[in-house]
Amino acid sequence: MSVSPVLLAEDVEAGYEPGLPIVKGASIHVGRGEIVVVLGPNGAGKSTLIKAIAGLVPVSRGHIALNGEAITHRPAHLMVRLGLAFVPQTENIFATMTIEENLQLAGHVAPAAERTSRIEAMFALFPDLANRRRLAAGRLSGGQRQMLAVARALMIEPSVLMLDEPSAGLSPKLVGEVFAKLAEIRKTGVTILLVEQNARAALAIADRAYILADGRNRHEGSAAALAADPDIAAHYLGLGGADGPMRGIAP
Amino acid sequence: MSLQFLADGLFAGALIGLGAVGLTLTYSILRFSNFTHGDFISWGAYLTLAIVGGIAGVIAPAGRFMPFSFGWPLIVAGLLAMALTGLLALLLDSALFKPLRRTGHGIVMVIASFGASLALRALLEFLFTSEPAYFSRAIQIAVPLGLGIRVTPDQMAMMGLALVVVIAMHLLLTRTHIGRSMRAVSENPALARVVGIDVAAVIRATWLIGGALACVSGIMLGITVQIRPQMGFDLLLPLFAAAILGGIGSVWGAILGGLIVGIAEAAAVQWVGAEFRSAVAFVLLIAVLLIRPRGLFGVREG
Ligand SMILES: Nc1ncnc2c1ncn2[C@@H]1O[C@H](COP(=O)(O)OP(=O)(O)OP(=O)(O)O)[C@@H](O)[C@H]1O
Ligand SMILES: [Mg+2]
Repeated sequence: MSVSPVLLAEDVEAGYEPGLPIVKGASIHVGRGEIVVVLGPNGAGKSTLIKAIAGLVPVSRGHIALNGEAITHRPAHLMVRLGLAFVPQTENIFATMTIEENLQLAGHVAPAAERTSRIEAMFALFPDLANRRRLAAGRLSGGQRQMLAVARALMIEPSVLMLDEPSAGLSPKLVGEVFAKLAEIRKTGVTILLVEQNARAALAIADRAYILADGRNRHEGSAAALAADPDIAAHYLGLGGADGPMRGIAP
Repeated sequence: MSLQFLADGLFAGALIGLGAVGLTLTYSILRFSNFTHGDFISWGAYLTLAIVGGIAGVIAPAGRFMPFSFGWPLIVAGLLAMALTGLLALLLDSALFKPLRRTGHGIVMVIASFGASLALRALLEFLFTSEPAYFSRAIQIAVPLGLGIRVTPDQMAMMGLALVVVIAMHLLLTRTHIGRSMRAVSENPALARVVGIDVAAVIRATWLIGGALACVSGIMLGITVQIRPQMGFDLLLPLFAAAILGGIGSVWGAILGGLIVGIAEAAAVQWVGAEFRSAVAFVLLIAVLLIRPRGLFGVREG
């Protein structure tokens, strides 16, 4: 790449226990305004890699930088102040709090004068949430929860938005809605790094993709090229056989 | 039939409820049963007593607000002691619980808190002896309220104080960033970090608030009964019963649990016999654990 990436992870080794790395030297970079997706089989270490970038899993080797600034061992709670937002794979909203409280909590890093206008902007972007603002978030449907999790992440007006399997557990129609929202969000200038099982839906909106297996880079390339490669499609993406784990939307 | 037990029970219940709020907060955020919470109550009472004594020694003894047994020195001392009890809790955390959090499991923390509880009590006995102490020896005339209920002015003032403190806690938890952060950490510490909450700062705030609330309970008990090094430890069972009855993590649940425990105890004293008082909290605790482990307003299963 000619321009320096917004997000860079080089030769990252990370894991939950000392001496037991799960991510074993993975490297990714995301350019400004790109949508990049990390694919790979279950247990490949995709979530661990994205959590390591978010500061939630200790990094034992390698280098992570955001907008040129090293963030390798930065505590997780400081990431939002640097413009890095993260939507975890599961339990990504506060179920006992109202929708509004979830957004208020996330908006705390914003200047006081802007908080309410940002919350209203989120309600405009996700009208489904607007008429439920006093509802406990735990009572939302799966799709609405995912929307709230994304809205919560956007409250900080991030430069980079990272999402771990936003399509998990959603019906094909809702997967389509979530991914359409992500494409819309990218148009506002937000860079997106996505971890997905749903290769078809992710590759449809992504610019580039990485395939991770056993904690290491296995393949990388443009989304179109990876989707078109029959070997890769059959091996990693579940796009090959008719009985593969295909759960994407039709293009 | 006298309804006096209702008045006595409501008062004891408010006191237990305030203590249980602190207990439920520290439990849901730090995830262990803190046995030193009772001793924070005793320390709060003695710290207030010591500061009142200090004020009386430095400035001439002040008058009291009739018809109450106390004057402005107690209010000043109470506020200072709330801060100091909070600091005591914070100090104990950084000296004992924080190092254990990094390595130990829940049960290690519980045992450590049990040991710390013994030490805190012994220290009080050493500093103040185990003789009961009093904020005031002024005689309080109980006011008849009808239906056979009589309440002292001090008791009424303390009920008012309890109400103010609970409403303040409610506003703190629902309207302020630190309050919402406390709820966030209690529900999901990892997600709390993701949204930018400094969990260590929230833990510090929790100790400060829990200690201050314990101090208020201690003052309520000290004003209306007496001050003893054991006073808080003796309250532990009712405190746990109230917190679990109300549902761990729920402020209103802890208050309601406290009122239920307090009234049940007072009813037992009036109709069964004073020796059964302490059995009541135990029976309630077991009954809740068997029938509805998450309590009345609990958010998580037992
Ligand atoms: N909190 C944890 N503590 C210990 N080990 C973990 C933890 N979370 C995940 N692992 C282990 O790390 C490995 C990789 O898990 P990870 O969640 O990163 O995979 P993934 O690629 O995201 O898989 P999936 O597609 O199923 O989400 C697995 O073997 C898993 O057992
Ligand atoms: Mg995963």
